[in-house]
Amino acid sequence: MLRWRQWQERIGRHLLQGITLGCVLLAGLMILGLLLKSWPLLQEQNLWSMLVSRDWRPHRGEFGYFPFLAGTLWVTGGAMLLAVPLALLTATYLSEYASHRVCTLFKPLIDLLAGIPSVVYGVWGVLTIVPLVKNEVAPWFGRFTSGYCILSASLVLAVMTLPVIIHVSLEVMQAVPRELRESALSLGATRWQTVKKVVLRKALPGLLAANVLGFARAFGETMAVIMVAGNVARVPGSIFDPAYPLPALIANNYGEMMSVPRYDAALMLAALLLLGVVLGFSVLSRLVLQRLQRRWR
Amino acid sequence: MTGEHVIHARDLNVYYGQLHVLKDITVAIPRSKITAIIGPSGCGKSTLLRSFNRLLETMDNVRLAGSVRLGPQDVYAPGVDVTLIRKKMGLLAQRPFPLPMSIYENVAFGPRLHGIRNRRALDRLVEDNLQLTGLWSEVRDRLHTPAVELSIGQQQRLCLARGLAVEPEVILADEPTSALDPQSSRRIEECFRHLKDRYSIVMVTHILRQARRLADYILFLYMGELVEHGPAEQMFNAPRRELTREYVQGVIS
Repeated sequence: MLRWRQWQERIGRHLLQGITLGCVLLAGLMILGLLLKSWPLLQEQNLWSMLVSRDWRPHRGEFGYFPFLAGTLWVTGGAMLLAVPLALLTATYLSEYASHRVCTLFKPLIDLLAGIPSVVYGVWGVLTIVPLVKNEVAPWFGRFTSGYCILSASLVLAVMTLPVIIHVSLEVMQAVPRELRESALSLGATRWQTVKKVVLRKALPGLLAANVLGFARAFGETMAVIMVAGNVARVPGSIFDPAYPLPALIANNYGEMMSVPRYDAALMLAALLLLGVVLGFSVLSRLVLQRLQRRWR
Repeated sequence: MTGEHVIHARDLNVYYGQLHVLKDITVAIPRSKITAIIGPSGCGKSTLLRSFNRLLETMDNVRLAGSVRLGPQDVYAPGVDVTLIRKKMGLLAQRPFPLPMSIYENVAFGPRLHGIRNRRALDRLVEDNLQLTGLWSEVRDRLHTPAVELSIGQQQRLCLARGLAVEPEVILADEPTSALDPQSSRRIEECFRHLKDRYSIVMVTHILRQARRLADYILFLYMGELVEHGPAEQMFNAPRRELTREYVQGVIS
């Protein structure tokens, strides 16, 4: 009897270990696969010159990624600029000011936003945001646009990113012990002073993680962006210009024009770039986090 | 400000939702003495302490009736600046909760809130208050390191110094030694003995021997009611109520 239980223990342990290892390995294999597939292109052309080149002419073997990188950064940057302050203020309100009842009412509603399929956001973008930007926002600035532009994509992405950042930020802020708040309050701090100088500071590492999560979501989002960004392979000059973000490039073109030499490799490289930026960002934020933690804690 | 008593509570009733946690508390806390609130857990000791500096109202679903006065000031009067009330009553919690910043910044936090910007004045305040809690000699070389790197006992004395830095009249302490080792507990108790000439101290404790060692005045709470209060001598040696006698002799707990 005892022996069987020990066997169970041993099998279970190794099984779990294997599954965990498998997950990590899968990510590694994906990176390796992308690298192998894009290798032919990397051997022929210099990576850096492709990254900074503006010319995307697959038929002539010219693969300049700069328009796509710039498009992705514009769209994502715009989305974060809109989403981060709103999300942090909402999380602060729900965690620090709202009553328990209001908070428990709003939390599931916000999570509901996160569960809406991205294609639905895309349709909403086409039907509502694009005309709004075309007919109201752009004329107000004295500009003309089709509406399929960076601003539209950023607005849609911001709404998609909000619930993610709010959810995680709220969890993080609610994890700050109430006694810490009481310490500041009992010294005569107002509630806002307590929030600003103690709660947000204590929660900062987690808040940073929340925003990186939001960034990764926005950066990799494909469906909604494809539908509203305009998809023109040119370096955008303003928020009213169309953009062609990397995920849209891959999704739109993979499987087509595959007879063009190196096209396949070029799209794989695009995927690798996408992955690299997201990974790079999370590594960077981890480093920043460690520095901050050493200073404050 | 003089007067024999520092805090007056009158007909104080507190409810958590439907739960009646404090019942008709009327009591006066003596000035420049150590007052201990004793009683079994769940009897409302901490609630009474938190009703003094209006920390109760930061919680949901709390209702309070009755009045509390700090000296001549009605704590719950409409329009009163609650931050100034709280500033006059420093709080020491069960476990130390240093703010997420350096040792120096922890002590300077309160004074800065109240508008002290001058670097030398702040330096002076930090040193003085760390001296008062006996921490100065231990931390003077690492004032700008994170406060969480101190030992738990040191952290609690830092929290005391932080509270003293805003020059309160009263120190409210909620079982301030319950998370500490005996040595650190003794240092906190020593601090209290030194400080009671300048401050009125109200401490919640469930350790009868600690109350015996420290307290000049005792409040005995049982199931939300103030059963008896009086000078420590009398409460321990000649209590008037049977319940008090049983509690201080350890028959009930």
